[in-house]
Amino acid sequence: MNLEFSPEEIAFRDEVRTFIESNYPEHLRETGLREDLGRDDMLAWHKILGKKGWSTPAWPTEYGGTGWSPTQRYIWSEENARVNAIMPLPFGVSMVAPVIYSFGNEEQKAQHLPGIQSGEVWWCQGYSEPGAGSDLASLKTTAVRDGDHYVINGQKTWTTLAQYADWGFFLCRTDPDAAKPQEGISFILVDMNTPGIEVRPIKLIDGGYEVNETWLTDVRVPVENLVGEENKGWTYAKFLLAHERSGIAGVARSKRGVENLRDIAKSETLDGQPLMTDLDFARKVSQLEIDLAALEITELRTLAGEQAGRGPGPESSILKVKGTEIQQRLTELTLEAVGHYGTPYYSNIADAGSNEYPVGPDYAQHAASLYFNMRKTSIYGGSNEIQRNIITKMILGL
Amino acid sequence: MDFNFTEEQGMVRDSLARMVREQYDFDTRRTVVESDAGWRPEVWAQLAELGLFGMPFSEADGGFGGGPVDSLVVMEEFGKGLVVEPYVPTVVCAGGFLKHAGTDAQKADHLASIIDGSRVFAFAYAEPKGRYDLADLETTAKRDGDSYVLNGHKAVVIGAPWASHLIVTARTSGDRRDASGVSVFVVAKDADGVVARDYPTYDGRRASEVYFENVSIPADALIGEEGNGLPLVERVVAEAIAAQCAEACGAMKVAHEMTVEYSRQRKQFGVAIGSFQVLQHRMVDMFMEYEQSVSMTYLATLRLDDDDRQRQLASSSAKVRVGQAAHHIGQEAIQIHGGMGMTDELAIGHYFRRLTLFDSEFGNVDHHMKRHVALSAG
Repeated sequence: MNLEFSPEEIAFRDEVRTFIESNYPEHLRETGLREDLGRDDMLAWHKILGKKGWSTPAWPTEYGGTGWSPTQRYIWSEENARVNAIMPLPFGVSMVAPVIYSFGNEEQKAQHLPGIQSGEVWWCQGYSEPGAGSDLASLKTTAVRDGDHYVINGQKTWTTLAQYADWGFFLCRTDPDAAKPQEGISFILVDMNTPGIEVRPIKLIDGGYEVNETWLTDVRVPVENLVGEENKGWTYAKFLLAHERSGIAGVARSKRGVENLRDIAKSETLDGQPLMTDLDFARKVSQLEIDLAALEITELRTLAGEQAGRGPGPESSILKVKGTEIQQRLTELTLEAVGHYGTPYYSNIADAGSNEYPVGPDYAQHAASLYFNMRKTSIYGGSNEIQRNIITKMILGL
Repeated sequence: MDFNFTEEQGMVRDSLARMVREQYDFDTRRTVVESDAGWRPEVWAQLAELGLFGMPFSEADGGFGGGPVDSLVVMEEFGKGLVVEPYVPTVVCAGGFLKHAGTDAQKADHLASIIDGSRVFAFAYAEPKGRYDLADLETTAKRDGDSYVLNGHKAVVIGAPWASHLIVTARTSGDRRDASGVSVFVVAKDADGVVARDYPTYDGRRASEVYFENVSIPADALIGEEGNGLPLVERVVAEAIAAQCAEACGAMKVAHEMTVEYSRQRKQFGVAIGSFQVLQHRMVDMFMEYEQSVSMTYLATLRLDDDDRQRQLASSSAKVRVGQAAHHIGQEAIQIHGGMGMTDELAIGHYFRRLTLFDSEFGNVDHHMKRHVALSAG
């Protein structure tokens, strides 16, 4: 075993670095920490990568994957994090696409995979409902067969960035009489421009709008949009969530975040000295880096296992729990580092139509909103309590 | 030993609780904090009419002869309703400076106006590079005949957009961070050369960056002794910390109650989530954190009239314990509320934001932990 890069991997890293340096849009550099980006900003890098064939590195090569090894994929995310690159959103690339190429038919693959790869088509996820969050199996949205169509009725929530979406993948109940709640659910692709869909924004505690309530009233969807078999949607949903969790660890981004935190703590002063030289504060940063290093190796082990044909299984729950705890601790320490200037409500200062530069140092602007926003990470994608239940059941066998 | 409140304090608590319930419901508060003004002067006037602002001051000073426990009662109720009106900057901070060190003329002028509600103050102590060190001042006040000339930049001055007057700390001698050479002034906000840039804060209040550009203030604007202001500032900050800890206790109590109630209503897997033992234990931990915070708030309040060391030890201990509890309870409340806790629509997120930003005002957990270590070693 060793953790050193081989000469080939170093050559790959240099190639990737050069490509990013010469192609990442100039005006988006250092914006990766911001949340007030529009659809075009979020898709810009995706489209460039799509042309290069690098927007979907983890896909099987027959569908347009790169065939990169786990180490190469790791290098890829590290290099992107170096410039805080806005990475392709997971809803198309890492959530619905693996379901389509694993369980969908040839027509669905031909219709949807190219648009996901190129970044032309924006996807959203219709899983959660007001009464079905962590208990996803209790969802109530129905799809009733009517000739060549399903007629969908119900309400979804937390549909991330649905305000921009062209397509959505929805879990709907197709057999209300199934013996168990997780049976009788189907996985259906929905054109978001179909009549009867209404998307209403939800304001979050960080002041932004990234999630929505989505109402579906008599939405008619062709039966061809069913993925796999009717009533087997739960299997595909679980498959998708395991994929989602492995992306949630966010190691490369957290490493960049720690660097950012160290830079801030070198600029902030305490007793006339840089905050970073303060032992109490430095200890907390070190603890965070140590935990992050452990997570990084755990993720590499998981990726290697995946490459060898195992998983992602319940060990992705470890990545979800530890990764999100670290992201939350990181944003908490960053808010702590900026001191008094965490208090001003910056997005509202901008809303006031002022052209003035923000109060306090630039690096303080997003500290509070990121801290508030990142509380979501231990809630979404199956809350961390649910992840611990999964580990209890699947790994401990209790 | 006596942890009971007087009958009068009980009455004040009841009438404030009723007022907060009736006039400070969540929807009303939200409308007010999002309005241009950001607060309600008419509520301020009403609080003055209730006699609230006179409570902590002696009868000789025109008050009702109460003390810090009265501010505790007030702030705990304010915390429950996330009241934004500037009681701490005006009554506790400005009132504290005047009570401890004001001249008869200053009291007659300013203290009387605080008690009758006609003047609102903000406390401009923090600086962009000073972090939480009260003596780390780049703001200077230079003596010039019968006046001082003030120059500097004060950061995140809470309540300044609503204030008519500021209490300002400035260096009259010595080097940055020297314990001596700190002086305290009262400055009219409309004085020539005072420039304020106003903005909202994440916890629904308003603040300003305040710049002093050759502001000429009369010599009698000095509060206390020239150059010997630091012990006075520390004493008033200890009083502000005690009041804010009480506010945090009120907010934590409501955040905990809301969480327990939500866990009774919210069903997953066919049962209320409050029936899960893993969540029950976490809500028990939140409750214990709250109770410990109340105890520390009492300690910090009751030690305010002790000697400097005892007072500082108690106020740092309280700020550490309450700061930790505020983080813990805020985070757990959001987690147990699940996705709903992330929404701006629910009150819980607003409690979380106030509890989060409570930590950085008047020194965070690390700052007070260090001070505790230093005081214990001494």
